[in-house]
Amino acid sequence: MDILISGLLLGGTYALIAMGLNLQYGVARIMNLANGEMLVLGGLAAFWMFVAAEISPLLTMLIVAPLAFVGNWLIYVFLLKPLVRRAKNQGQLEVDSILATFGMSFILVGIMVMIRSEYFTYSFLANPFEILGSTVAENRLVAFGAAVLIGLALYLWLNHSRPGMAVRAVSVSPDAAKLVGINVERISALAFALGGAVTGVGGTLISTFITLDASVGVIFTMKALIIVIMGGVGEIRGAILAALILGLVETAVATLIDPGLTLASAYLIFLLILLFRPQGLFGRRST
Amino acid sequence: MKRRTFNKAIAKGIATAGLAAFLSTTSWAADTIKIGAVWPKTGPLAGGATVTQGPNIEMWVKQVNARGGLKLKDGQKMIELIEYDDKTNPGEHIKAVQRLATQDKVDFIIAPYGTGFNIAAAPIYAKYGYPQIAVSAISDKIEELTARYPNLFFTLGTTTAFVEGVRDILVDMRDAGTIGNKVAMINVADAFGIELADAARPIFAKAGLEIVYDKSYPLGTPDLSPVMKGAKASNPDAFVAWSYPPDTFGLTEQAVIENLDVKAFYTAVATCFPAYGGKFGSKVNNNLGAGGVNPDTPEMKAYFKAHKELTGKDADFWASANTYVSLQILEQAIEGVGASDKAAVSQYIKDNTFKTIMGDIKFENQFSNRFWTVGQWQDGVFRGVKSVNVDGAASVRAKSGWN
Amino acid sequence: MKQVSWSGIVLAIILFALAAIVPLVANGYHLSVAVTAIMYVALATSWALFSGPTHYISLASGAFFGVGGYLVATGMSDYDQSFWLMAAIAPVVAAILATLIGLATLRLSGVYFVIFTLGLAEMVRNLVSWIQNNFLGSRGLYVLTDFTEAHIYWMLLAVCVVIYIFGWWLSHSRLGFALRIIGNDEAVAKHVGINTALSKVVLFMTTGFFAALVGAIIAPRYSYIEPNQVFSPELSFLVVIMALIGGTNRLWGPLVGVIPFTIIWEIISSNFSNFSTLFLGLAFLLIVYVIPNGFVGLLEKWGRRLRA
Repeated sequence: MDILISGLLLGGTYALIAMGLNLQYGVARIMNLANGEMLVLGGLAAFWMFVAAEISPLLTMLIVAPLAFVGNWLIYVFLLKPLVRRAKNQGQLEVDSILATFGMSFILVGIMVMIRSEYFTYSFLANPFEILGSTVAENRLVAFGAAVLIGLALYLWLNHSRPGMAVRAVSVSPDAAKLVGINVERISALAFALGGAVTGVGGTLISTFITLDASVGVIFTMKALIIVIMGGVGEIRGAILAALILGLVETAVATLIDPGLTLASAYLIFLLILLFRPQGLFGRRST
Repeated sequence: MKRRTFNKAIAKGIATAGLAAFLSTTSWAADTIKIGAVWPKTGPLAGGATVTQGPNIEMWVKQVNARGGLKLKDGQKMIELIEYDDKTNPGEHIKAVQRLATQDKVDFIIAPYGTGFNIAAAPIYAKYGYPQIAVSAISDKIEELTARYPNLFFTLGTTTAFVEGVRDILVDMRDAGTIGNKVAMINVADAFGIELADAARPIFAKAGLEIVYDKSYPLGTPDLSPVMKGAKASNPDAFVAWSYPPDTFGLTEQAVIENLDVKAFYTAVATCFPAYGGKFGSKVNNNLGAGGVNPDTPEMKAYFKAHKELTGKDADFWASANTYVSLQILEQAIEGVGASDKAAVSQYIKDNTFKTIMGDIKFENQFSNRFWTVGQWQDGVFRGVKSVNVDGAASVRAKSGWN
Repeated sequence: MKQVSWSGIVLAIILFALAAIVPLVANGYHLSVAVTAIMYVALATSWALFSGPTHYISLASGAFFGVGGYLVATGMSDYDQSFWLMAAIAPVVAAILATLIGLATLRLSGVYFVIFTLGLAEMVRNLVSWIQNNFLGSRGLYVLTDFTEAHIYWMLLAVCVVIYIFGWWLSHSRLGFALRIIGNDEAVAKHVGINTALSKVVLFMTTGFFAALVGAIIAPRYSYIEPNQVFSPELSFLVVIMALIGGTNRLWGPLVGVIPFTIIWEIISSNFSNFSTLFLGLAFLLIVYVIPNGFVGLLEKWGRRLRA
C-alpha cells in the first residue's frame, strides 16, 4: 500500500515535470533543453514570494502561470520561429533548437544565479497526512492533486475544444494541418507557451518538497525528456502513464530491493519499453 | 546584403576584441597585492559554496582593505581580488588556476572548494609554489598528499575522524543508557558518501554498534520517503546519514513526516547551514550534524557579527569559520614574511602558530589536527559537541520528537 | 571518390607539427586551454565519425568517457594496477558496451535514439555508483601519476591523429560509403544490400572506444575521480554541441567547431566571472542565428569567395 501511494505521488510529480515538455516537443517540435530551467524559475518565484512576503506557493502558482505563458510565447515568437522558418527539414530544426535552447538554459541559469545562488529551501505544508494507513507529506499530496487537475484539463481541452483539436492536428502533421486552414505557427506558439506555463506551475509546486537551486534544472530536463519519449511524442496520455510507471517502479525498487538502485531501475524500464515499442507507449510510427 | 555586412562587422568586432582579451596580460600595479580565488558559482556545488566560500572571501578582503591593506616591508598594499567561476567542473577549475598563475600573475590563491577540487588543483599549486590551505577537503590520504605536495595544508580533518566523532557520541549515549545499539545508516552514492560509509562500517562494528539498515541512495533522488520508511521499519535507536546538501534537507523533512522517533539523528553536510535551522525551526532541536562551532567565545561572536554586517548573510556554523581561519593564516603568514614570496610564506605557515578566531592553529606535517567533527542544534544554535583538540564542546543532548 | 590530395596531406602534417609544439611554447594557462580543446577535438571528431554520416545523434559520450576515467581510477586506487594497463583495458570495455548498445538500438530512429542513449548513459552512471557503493567500497579514487599537462596533451594529440587517419580511411572505404547511404535513406541502403546493422554497430563501437580512451588519458589531470563527475551528462551535450557548431559532414568539421567554441568560452569565463554562464548562453544564441550552417559552412563560403 505504501508503495502504491508513494509511487503514485511520485508519478504525479513526474507528470508535472513532463507534461509541459510534451506539449512543446510534440506540437511545436522544439526539443526544449531549457525546460528544466523554466521549472526551477517557477520554484524560485515560489521561494521568493514565500520568504519575502509569506505568500503561499499555491497563490504564487496563479501568478506564475500567466507570466510563464507570456514569457514562453515571446521566446517562441522571437527566438524560435525564425529557426522553424529557416529549417529545411525536421533534422535541421532539431539541431538548431538543441543549440538555441541549450543557450537559453545557460542564460536562465545565469539570471537565476544573480537572483539567488543558494538553495531555495522553505517549509510549506510539510506535515504528515494519513491516507489508507500510509503516511504521506501534505505538500506532495497537493502537488499530486494539481497534476491530476492539469492533466485532466489538458486532456479535455485537447479532445473536446476547437483550439485543442487544432493543436492535435498540428501534432499529427503540420503539413496536413496547414492544408485544412490551420495557422500552424500560431498553434505552435500557443502550444509552446502553454507547455511553458505548465512547467512553471510544476516548478512552484515541486519547490515545496524538493530543495532546488539555480543550477539543478538540467536534471529535470533529462527526466522530462525520458518521460516524454517513453510515453510517445505528442501524447499527453503517454506522458502521464510513463510518469506513473516511473514513479511506481522507483518506489517499488527503493522499498523492496535497494534505494541505491531507484534511478538505475527507472532508466532500465525506459530502455526496455523502447526496445519493445521503439516509438514509445502511445507513439505513432510515422513521426 | 546590408544585413550580411552588418553581421560580418559584428563578428569581426567580437573576434578582435575577444582575441585581444584572450592574449592580454593585466598590467602590474605595485601598490596592490593580487589574490586569486576560483570557486563554483554555478553547478551542483554552488549552493554550498555560496554559503561557505564566497562570503568569507568577500568579508576578508573588505576587512583587510578597510584597515589599509596587507602590511609588507615595502609598505601597505591593498588586496586586488580576482575571482573565477569553475562551474563545478574540475577541468574548468584547473584552467582558471592556470590563468591566475600565468596570466594574471597573482601573488597568492585562495584554496578551492570541495575535496575533489583541492586534489585536482594541487599539482598546479605545487608547480607554481602557491601555498594551498585547503579547508573544505576531508580525506584519509592526507599523509600521502602532503608528502607529494609540500605546500598543501589540510585544516578540516580526516574521514576517519569524522566517523569516530559520530561513533563516540553514539557510544556515550549508549553507555549512558539513552539509546540502544541499533543504528540505521544511509549514504549518498557519491565519492563523499561512499568514503564515509565505507569507513563507518568497521568503526561502528568495533564499537559494538549494530548497523540494522545500510543503504545508499543515488545523487539527485527526488523522493527519499522510501528510504526513510525503510530506516524506520528497521526500528533503530540512532539514525546516521552521510548526506549532501539537498538530501540533508530532504531526509530531515521526511523524518518529520514519518515521525522517525530516535534519540540521535545525524545528517552530514549542510546541517550546519542557517537555512537548515530557518527551514525547520524548533523541529530540528537536538539534531546532530557534521562540523560545529563554539559560538560563545568573544572571537566567534565578533566573527558572526562582522560576517552579517559585511556580506549581508549569516555564516554557517562550521566551515565558514574554518574558511575564514584559513584566510587569517594566509594574511598573518604574508605579513609575517613581509613580502610576496610564495616559498617563504609556505615555510612560515609550517613554522609558526597562528592566532585565529578558532584559537591557536599550528600545522604538523602540513596538517592542523584541530577541528570540530560533530555539532548539534541546541535551541536555535548549532554548537560543536565533538571535536579533535578544540575546547568548548557543549554536552550532547538526546533528541525528543519533532516538535 | 576523391583522389588523394597532396596539398591536403601537407596541410594536415603542418597543422599536426604546429599542434605538437604547443606545449613547448605555450605557458601554463594556454596549455591548459589547449588540453581542454584537444580533448574535445578527439571526442567531437570521433563522435561525428558515427553521427555525421548517419545523422544519429548520440548522447552517450559521457558514459564512454566515464568508463575510461572510472576504470583508470578504480584500477589504480583499489587494485594497484598501472595506469597503462587500465588505459588499455578501458577502451576495450567501452567498445564492448558500445556494441551492446548498438545492437539494442537498431530499431530506434530519430529522437527516440537520442533519448535512448541519454537514458542509457544515466543508467550506467547510477549502476556504477551503486556497484562502487556496495561491492567495491572505497577510500576515494585517486589517480596520482607524474604526468604533466604536456604529457596529457601529447597523448591526446596522438589519439586525435589516429582518429583522423581512421576517419580519412573510413571516408574512402566501402564502410564509409555504406554509412552515407544509410544517412540518406536507410530503406534504400537495405535494398542495395548493405548490412545496415553491422555498419552502424561497428561505427558506434569505434566512437565508444575513442571516448573511453580520452576519458582514461584525462583522468590523471583530475587526480581525484568522483563517479558522478566523470559520467557527467553535461559532457555528452557539450560534445554534440561543439560538433554541431562546427559541422558534421566534414572530417575537420568538429575541429573548427571546438576551436572557436573554446576561445569564446575562455574569453567569457575570464572576463565576466560573475556572469559567465549568462554570457555563454548569449554567445550560443548568437552563433545559432548568425552562423546557420556551422563554421564549416562559413569557412566554405569564405573559401568560395576567395577563389571567385
